[in-house]
Amino acid sequence: MSSRALLLRSWRATRSSPRAVTPLLTGSARRWGSSISQRPGSDRVLFPGAVNSKFTTEMSFLKGSDLPAIPTYRVIDSDGELVDKSRGPPDVSDEEVLTWYKNMLTVSIMDVVMFEAQRQGRLSFYMVSAGEEGIAVGSAAALTPDDVVFAQYREAAVFQQRGFTLKNFMGQLFANCNDTGKGRNMPVHYGQNYPRMHTISSPLATQIPQAAGAAYALKMQDLQDPNRERRIVACYFGEGAASEGDFHAALNIAATRSCPVVFICRNNGFAISTPTLEQYRGDGIASRGVGYGIDTIRVDGNDVFAVNEAMKEARRRALSDGGRPVLIEAMSYRVSHHSTSDDSFAYRARVEVEDWKRRDNPIIRLRKWLENKGLWNEDLEQETRDSMRKAVLKEFSEAEREKKPPLREAFTDVYEELTEEAKAQMKELKRILETYPDEYDLRPYKDGAKGLD
Amino acid sequence: MAAPRLFRPASRLLSSRLTTLPLRPAFAQSALRARGYATEGGVKEVTVRDALNEALAEELESNEKTFILGEEVAQYNGAYKVTRGLLDRFGPKRVIDTPITEAGFTGLAVGAALAGLHPICEFMTWNFAMQSIDQIINSGAKTHYMSGGIQPCNITFRGPNGFAAGVAAQHSQDYSAWYGSIPGLKVVSPWSSEDAKGLLKAAIRDPNPVVVLENELMYGQAFPMSEAAQKSDFVLPIGKAKIERPGKDLTIVSLSRCVGQSLNAAAELKQKYGVEAEVINLRSIKPLDVETIIASLKKTGRLMAVESGYPMFGVASEILALSMEYGFDYLTAPAVRVTGAEVPTPYALGLENMSFPQEDTIVSQAAKLLRV
Repeated sequence: MSSRALLLRSWRATRSSPRAVTPLLTGSARRWGSSISQRPGSDRVLFPGAVNSKFTTEMSFLKGSDLPAIPTYRVIDSDGELVDKSRGPPDVSDEEVLTWYKNMLTVSIMDVVMFEAQRQGRLSFYMVSAGEEGIAVGSAAALTPDDVVFAQYREAAVFQQRGFTLKNFMGQLFANCNDTGKGRNMPVHYGQNYPRMHTISSPLATQIPQAAGAAYALKMQDLQDPNRERRIVACYFGEGAASEGDFHAALNIAATRSCPVVFICRNNGFAISTPTLEQYRGDGIASRGVGYGIDTIRVDGNDVFAVNEAMKEARRRALSDGGRPVLIEAMSYRVSHHSTSDDSFAYRARVEVEDWKRRDNPIIRLRKWLENKGLWNEDLEQETRDSMRKAVLKEFSEAEREKKPPLREAFTDVYEELTEEAKAQMKELKRILETYPDEYDLRPYKDGAKGLD
Repeated sequence: MAAPRLFRPASRLLSSRLTTLPLRPAFAQSALRARGYATEGGVKEVTVRDALNEALAEELESNEKTFILGEEVAQYNGAYKVTRGLLDRFGPKRVIDTPITEAGFTGLAVGAALAGLHPICEFMTWNFAMQSIDQIINSGAKTHYMSGGIQPCNITFRGPNGFAAGVAAQHSQDYSAWYGSIPGLKVVSPWSSEDAKGLLKAAIRDPNPVVVLENELMYGQAFPMSEAAQKSDFVLPIGKAKIERPGKDLTIVSLSRCVGQSLNAAAELKQKYGVEAEVINLRSIKPLDVETIIASLKKTGRLMAVESGYPMFGVASEILALSMEYGFDYLTAPAVRVTGAEVPTPYALGLENMSFPQEDTIVSQAAKLLRV
């Protein structure tokens, strides 16, 4: 600590001239102008740390549980009916809602197939998002293609909604030549250049402060180029990840640096086996946002319209007043096991899961809405499910047979440029392959022996 | 400890030729007794997972200052089931589930150790301990020294280390060299079931912070366990290596899962080339059993270090440096290292296999070294 204080002091010494700080880089210009002093006889405290707090002679400790719980925003109920009939229907075209529904359905069908494939040993790992497709699709639908996403690992539907194809998914899962990650990352750790979705990182919560940083970068870039469309960062994580220090660091830095980022917490009730009751105390993740001075809302994650509307408003707020962070806590229930490494019936009742599955999940709820509006029926459902399943299986078997990435990718990207050692190794490998062509079957690799060039 | 030149066990070994002083007599004897590979009778096949479980249960039973905490350790029986049944047996005060806050629960464990308890802190994998490495190193390892010796830190950090199957760069790192370089920490790395039980128990009993680097790929593997090792008083000394296979032509020094690979490679070397490789299971990374390595090297004249860490600044690099410092005149060929590749671990199976030493890598490098 003391060394940090020293550093701070020397840093302060170097910025003796206020001009050294460009106004562009500070949230509030003229920081030195806001000097505070306690006035005699004032009825409120004016210390730097609390500028408008009234003095009181009553000693009372605040207790979160005495306060009403933060309400949960919803648009439609579990029967697919508008809750507040006095408001108009959601401002979305039928066509778009059908796309949402199909995207949710595609991911849920892919999940079933791939979970089974993992059980058969055809890939090492998989994670499904059953019960949480609504949060992903509803929020991603409120983004523009230029917005940037940092996801955790249960956001396949965000990728689906933003144009990731079955071929992209399968290419990554089977580490073939269609994998933009070149076979280097664990299954479900997708990534895409445009619309930009940063490659998933396994260690929990690392993406949250990074999202604040990326949002800060977008803000700077947009300030330098006032004609371009304003962009935000959307950052996804679970309520378990919100226990990591990174979450708290991220909210604080995003708030103090006014970063245009929307944090979306999927509160699905479980972090692997740990239920929320043992994960945190207090009123959910939303209450944390309020504490950090961040605009916060809690929504019904099974209601795709509520998520979408909240995200649209969050995006607007994130871009107002030069940028600020927003927190959305979307409530849901993790119907699935945590991952293929988990059997959740060891720590929760099967009947509880079945209940949620049957009674209320985002897909069933949206289906009811669509049926109520006459946009969907059982025949369409069967037909769509069949064709989706076929499409998934087709891409699956093609991906298994697809060529592997070219040989050079075994050496590239450890650094921006190939090291001398790697170059020498590639040359040596090429020599061996050319000297003993019959010893090595290069047909499974894209471009065969030429893949080293 | 291996670090300061003056105290290096190997330097004592060299000087012992000049003096009549016996070499750490008490320690050596007790070590031999404790290692006892007893009778054939009563030998039982035990998996590494069960051996670890047994060690934890015995220590929780015999020392009420111990408790275990970590993510999923209680209700779920541990992510890899190492803590199976412990919650039922010892209750929620001794077996504690934590929120997903590595920095939080590691800090809590270090604090409990500084206050006099003997916590056993489980990481779901050592990869996740990077979130709390400041607590392990800056507080766990150093407070005893910085407090002038008034604050003990009897803590055990444990969990799976190194690569597993298909879990890629962020889940496949070997931390032996990282923790092995820190003064104040002791570091052990078991291979077999007896290693696992004896070293974990030693770690829990040791008054210092001890890092136990297990291996996920070994958890399900069964090893014969001697009658002595099945008893609750079985402890292995920290700082003592074990010669798993005697030989006269080549010394292979290895640790953790690579010990098994080295043994298989040694068998193949014997069968193919008729050479006898001696395989040393390090067991302990810090302190490092330099005597055993140098004594073997003097006998064989050739040294190879096998590990799954990165090639540079690793355990193998340290062993080669030590062999140069203490056994240079006995080497008949330059010592070699067989290590993981200089690349973040890739996911694709073919690439993953090429990133770590395989048995044929060890055999071919040994054949090259032996010029056979």
